[in-house]
Amino acid sequence: MSKKNPPALPVRIRRETFGHTIRKDWMLLLMLLPAVLYTLVFHYLPMSGLVLSFKQFNYVDGVFGSPWNGLDNFRFLLISGKLGTLTSATLLYNFGFIVVNTFLEVLIAVFLNEITCKWFKKSFQSFIFLPYFISWVVAAAIVQALLSYEYGAINKILEIVSGNKININTTASVWPTLLVTLSAWKSVGYGSVVYLSAITGIDPGLYEAAELDGANKWQQIRYVTLPALLSTVIIMVLLAVGRIFRGDFGMFYQLIGNNGVLLRKTDILDTYIYRSMLGNSNLGMTAAAGFYQSVLCFVTIMAVNALVKWIEPDYSLF
Amino acid sequence: MRKKIQWDKLTLSFLSYFVLFLLGMACLIPFCIVLVSSFTSEVSLLRNGYGLWPEEFSVEAYRFIFSNPSRILWAYGNTILVTGIGTVLAVAIASMTGYVLARRDFRWHNHFSLFFFFTTLFNGGLVPWYLMCTTYLGFKDNYLARILPLMFSVWNVILAKNYMKGIAFEITESGKIDGANDMQIFMKLILPLTKPLVATLTLFTALAYWNDWYYSMLFISKPQMQSLQYLLQQILASIQAMKQMAAAGEVTTISSMDIPSASMKMAMTCVTVGPIILLYPFLQRYFIKGMTIGAVKG
Repeated sequence: MSKKNPPALPVRIRRETFGHTIRKDWMLLLMLLPAVLYTLVFHYLPMSGLVLSFKQFNYVDGVFGSPWNGLDNFRFLLISGKLGTLTSATLLYNFGFIVVNTFLEVLIAVFLNEITCKWFKKSFQSFIFLPYFISWVVAAAIVQALLSYEYGAINKILEIVSGNKININTTASVWPTLLVTLSAWKSVGYGSVVYLSAITGIDPGLYEAAELDGANKWQQIRYVTLPALLSTVIIMVLLAVGRIFRGDFGMFYQLIGNNGVLLRKTDILDTYIYRSMLGNSNLGMTAAAGFYQSVLCFVTIMAVNALVKWIEPDYSLF
Repeated sequence: MRKKIQWDKLTLSFLSYFVLFLLGMACLIPFCIVLVSSFTSEVSLLRNGYGLWPEEFSVEAYRFIFSNPSRILWAYGNTILVTGIGTVLAVAIASMTGYVLARRDFRWHNHFSLFFFFTTLFNGGLVPWYLMCTTYLGFKDNYLARILPLMFSVWNVILAKNYMKGIAFEITESGKIDGANDMQIFMKLILPLTKPLVATLTLFTALAYWNDWYYSMLFISKPQMQSLQYLLQQILASIQAMKQMAAAGEVTTISSMDIPSASMKMAMTCVTVGPIILLYPFLQRYFIKGMTIGAVKG
């Protein structure tokens, strides 16, 4: 090495100081201010309310003044068996939703892609997408139109065909099926868009090659389309699994409400927490149930994210 | 020579049309039943139930709803107002925040991203949030209670941030060289380039506001301030609510027998969902486009 490194320049590249950044980017900080304030007030401040989980709450002393009672709230929830039942119900329902919805979404996307008639494709995609746009209140009205005991269209047909009607307000056993159906009805149109765009992204050359090799249409779907969709399916499913302990409050509340007969089979963490909060029973215990759910969600999403990162780093959430 | 029939193509295409037809109808027909039933006379509904054919056409249910329209007009009015104000604020905040977080020359952009994103992973749960809203923020019977909860969503910020990342940084730089400040750069240079983003955010936020019943249920007890969806929820739940609506409080003047309750529930549903269904044909392609503009990623 004949050439020596040039001597270090006298100017040191200094890290921007805190004050410097503020002076330089005060406008950007100002633009962030509304969002930051909002997040502080509505998300971070309530986290301090989690202390409630370890307290015997009374309104006189308030959130921070109420006396501590250690883990009693959690202990009580566990002993009463409530926590186990609610958790497994939330888990099972969401599991059902994920399986059925994913299957139908992929099916719709694959079939939509096969439709050559433009207006049919467009209008039927719109029809299937339509229920996504209504609230669960309207969905509940539609359930009444179809299944109410006196007037429901489906009940009327059942009466003519078999002579028996079902009273959905007193028959808890029909609800698991009904909820899975309704969840699919409302969301598969939305979900299938992602898969449809993934299918349109598949290289047409693959199909041509498959055809040359003698693959028929079904084989092309089996060996080209589905494998190409697999990574998207895995990612979407894992994302849904990350939320598996968070129930769809709107659906459960609007369809079942406070119907005690049905709650036996349909109570999930979210509805239980809501009812006991307004039922004024024991806020400390309710907060504890909420805390438990939050932790459960946090752990699942971290685990799922780690898994996604391992499978396909590009798709990981963070 | 006759071409061989390609059975695989034929069966697949038949099955596709068939399955999609069934699913499409399963999604569409319930809406038709609601609409038709709302125009069917109560007597005919009592006999035949809800259905697709109005045996006896009648606008009785609508006449009943609008016989004393003050409650429904209030609900419509405040829902439109809340949707309008909330959507404008939400879109402004989400796109502005997204832009700042996408500025790679901003030293703390990752720190702030994490600050926002963490709230999607962990939260304090319903009880502390509710106590704070009611005891410290005075959310009881206050329009803020209907506007604020839906005004900010981290997912929208992430969507905006990802979209803004796709806009060349040179545009921001050129603005800086010309002496514009950050706000001017955002408003004058960036925002005009993000129309698809703004359209998507607007549609999804407006839909969330329009469809909201939850925050009315939690915080609002004054009938005049309750949202349209919540009004529908009450009418579906009880005949009492129907009476109150029609008689504006003078419950005694109407007996339960006179209320066309079966058709009125359906008519009220139509009134609530009407604007969405009417706008749907024009808007749905934007929704579909919007869903694919930015993959949601922290």
